[in-house]
Amino acid sequence: MSKLFSKEQKEVFAGPLTLTTPVVAQVLGICAALAVTSQLKPAIVMGLSVTVITAFSNVIISLIRNTIPNRIRIIVQLVVVAALVTIVSEILKAYAYDVSTQLSVYVGLIITNCILMGRLEAFAMMNGPWESFLDGVGNGLGYAWILVVVGFVRELLGSGSLLGFEIVPSDWAFFHNDMMTMPAMHLSSWAASSGRIAPSTR
Amino acid sequence: MKLNTNSNVYTIVYASVTVIVVAFLLAFVSLALHETQQKNIDNDKRSQILAAIGQRGIASDQVEATFDKAVLCQLVLNAKGDSVGNDAFSIENKAITDDNLPLYICQTGTDTLYVIPLTGRGLWGGLWGYISLKSDFQTVAGAHFSHESETAGLGARIVEEDFQNKFVGKKAFADTDFSEVVLSVTKKVENPASDVDAITGATLTSNGVHNMLRDCIARYQQYFKAHTIK
Repeated sequence: MSKLFSKEQKEVFAGPLTLTTPVVAQVLGICAALAVTSQLKPAIVMGLSVTVITAFSNVIISLIRNTIPNRIRIIVQLVVVAALVTIVSEILKAYAYDVSTQLSVYVGLIITNCILMGRLEAFAMMNGPWESFLDGVGNGLGYAWILVVVGFVRELLGSGSLLGFEIVPSDWAFFHNDMMTMPAMHLSSWAASSGRIAPSTR
Repeated sequence: MKLNTNSNVYTIVYASVTVIVVAFLLAFVSLALHETQQKNIDNDKRSQILAAIGQRGIASDQVEATFDKAVLCQLVLNAKGDSVGNDAFSIENKAITDDNLPLYICQTGTDTLYVIPLTGRGLWGGLWGYISLKSDFQTVAGAHFSHESETAGLGARIVEEDFQNKFVGKKAFADTDFSEVVLSVTKKVENPASDVDAITGATLTSNGVHNMLRDCIARYQQYFKAHTIK
């Protein structure tokens, strides 16, 4: 076991879970992180999808890193990521249809998630497959747990439920405020129409 | 052997091989999963039709059985309102034309409801849905709308139950001649019997829903005229 996880490898895995979390510390993948976290279930599925894709794309790129022509390395990375994302998206459509419609375009947009290209270019191109796998899983989970925490808070305070099950009785208004689940652009008109702020201050 | 990974030939061959391998892989995955995906899409369509007759939130494993029980008969109509087939479900939204009109006749409780598929255009992309009329072909019994890419929080609110329920009880046609659709989505409700309040801040999506209703319901005029109880 000691051979399996050297001290550096533990750091590779644990770093992005704590100190260098992609979302909070590196500020990567924010757009999708905000879009899919209005409920807990899509947040979990999105987190897992990203973890699977970072892990496998890291391994694949790491295995072929010495054969990739330098001039087209970004394109090759993109092809690998796009293929994996398409596979994950197809699997979700087949076995988790309702979640895949909730995530809609954001599954496809994992391709452009900076975490992936960042890890491939910065880590997998220079390290062996096992380290790259750990790095991918670490970064994916680092992304996933932030999503899950945000999704937990947003669904609990926004809909009074968790994973679709009602936690807070529906007459307790504070736990059913749309502020938490609503896209930001809609807030001003909502606030004005429901009398929270005067329409003139919109 | 040391390959020159920077040579032109190597780069081109490498790119080609990569793309071909990935293409085969994706084609395989797509073929292998196609059947399961199609089942999900069909079930989604069934649950949308059920939502239009007021049966919402049915568990996904119950949808097919509930649908088979609720839908008494499916018709495909031509422009004259004559029935030319009975496999309405297999007609995709894209294939609906004036001469190829699906109609679902459903039973909920003691009511016979007529479900019409709707297709139209919103602000950013396609809109579609189903609307059910009572057996007088005048009164709306329920509606369900979906969209491809309307603005979240504004136009996308047409999928909300609150908006869709506003259509219940509205009057679809001006008279029993069925010559004019009066069901409207307007900013200013002048005739509460047939007008539905549009969504504030989503004028173009609301107009899209309005036009979709007008266009699609009007196509069934001949059938309604022939089958209405005078």
